[in-house]
Amino acid sequence: MTLAPTPGQTVGPFFGYALPYDGGPELVALGRADAIRLHGRVLDGAGDPVPDALLELSQPDADGVLPRQRGSWSRDGFDFTGWGRAATDREGRYGFTTVTPGPTAPGAAAYFALTVFARGLLDRLLTRVYLPGDDAVLAADPVLSSVPSDRRSTLIAERDETGFVFDVRLQGDGETVFLSYPRH
Amino acid sequence: MVSQAQICDEIAEIASASDGMEPQPHLDYPPYRSSLLRHPTKALHPVDPEGVELWAPAFGERDVDPLEADLTIQHNGEPIGERMVVTGRVVDGEGRPVRHQLVEIWQANAGGRYLHQRDQHPAALDPNFTGVGRCLTDADGTYAFTTIKPGPYPWKNHRNAWRPAHIHFSLFGTEFTQRMVTQMYFPGDPLFALDPIYQSITDPKARERLVAGYDHDVTQHEWCTGYRWDIVLTGSHRTRMEDDA
Repeated sequence: MTLAPTPGQTVGPFFGYALPYDGGPELVALGRADAIRLHGRVLDGAGDPVPDALLELSQPDADGVLPRQRGSWSRDGFDFTGWGRAATDREGRYGFTTVTPGPTAPGAAAYFALTVFARGLLDRLLTRVYLPGDDAVLAADPVLSSVPSDRRSTLIAERDETGFVFDVRLQGDGETVFLSYPRH
Repeated sequence: MVSQAQICDEIAEIASASDGMEPQPHLDYPPYRSSLLRHPTKALHPVDPEGVELWAPAFGERDVDPLEADLTIQHNGEPIGERMVVTGRVVDGEGRPVRHQLVEIWQANAGGRYLHQRDQHPAALDPNFTGVGRCLTDADGTYAFTTIKPGPYPWKNHRNAWRPAHIHFSLFGTEFTQRMVTQMYFPGDPLFALDPIYQSITDPKARERLVAGYDHDVTQHEWCTGYRWDIVLTGSHRTRMEDDA
């Protein structure tokens, strides 16, 4: 049996007092030795910041293990649940505090899974944020290698002194590659 | 600012050009002016989910207080407006219940005003109504909220633009790819035909799936009216285990 899906709709302009929450962007405590930052901006087709976007992050831990225990919302400072939520600020900036995700299989490329919502965006978008560095591993990734080479870099974060930088470009020059999955 | 008539012409033009088979909203939908610079112009890239994409966050009872499902008891007094219950089931594309998963809602008050600084519509704020609720579905995928029926409200898309009354819903499935944010509407709203956000779903049958049904079995004697709204997420990919909650 396959049922027709309920359609999505835009998150609209007024989610800011409902969905973001204290601790949402902090998958781990800031003081943790292996804490890193994943941060960047959400930009529209004119290159202007999107100050009313919401991002959700899903990832394995540093060993590539997917956390399965319940409590993804809570932030007790110890459990790593691999999920976070961050709204953009007035400059379109977002930031997560987390750990570097490990590959989920030997030799696989490691990535963050990212969901994008915004006012003006009629349905959510899904993408991946690959870690930079190991060109051989990235070249062997079946998803990255299936993306036209001139757009591949939109899926790969850049390294900075605090962790990784990744801009989401909804439209235009350097438009981020967004993903679709079978049966959607 | 363009007129409602102009927006309706644009809506009609797009509707006549589409095959009426698309289950999701057009991301590129010019009648909704805010979408102009915020939709991807390139096709979504098809991939097979793997790893973290095969799992959704696992929310639990420590994350959600059961009292958060009642939006009418968050302050000292009773909020103004029509008290209502909305309930339904969250299922995946195969009809299997999405168990013990988080449902979040937010909405305007009875006067069509959000408790959000960006909402400057000159309707009264209700000191007894915030308009934010959360719950976990039960073992059958059922959610239920007690709230106040939201009012329609004006917005700045075009001249004399009004949104049909709606409740925003945020839903998680059992997999990352099933994540959905949407809006639930009320039956018979006269603003449906005028609203570019609702009309961005060009398949009439698909957009009707966003409209709750009045259900007298949910309505409670001398207490509240009742609506039923079932939600179907997209198909899943992972092989489900018996102990998969």
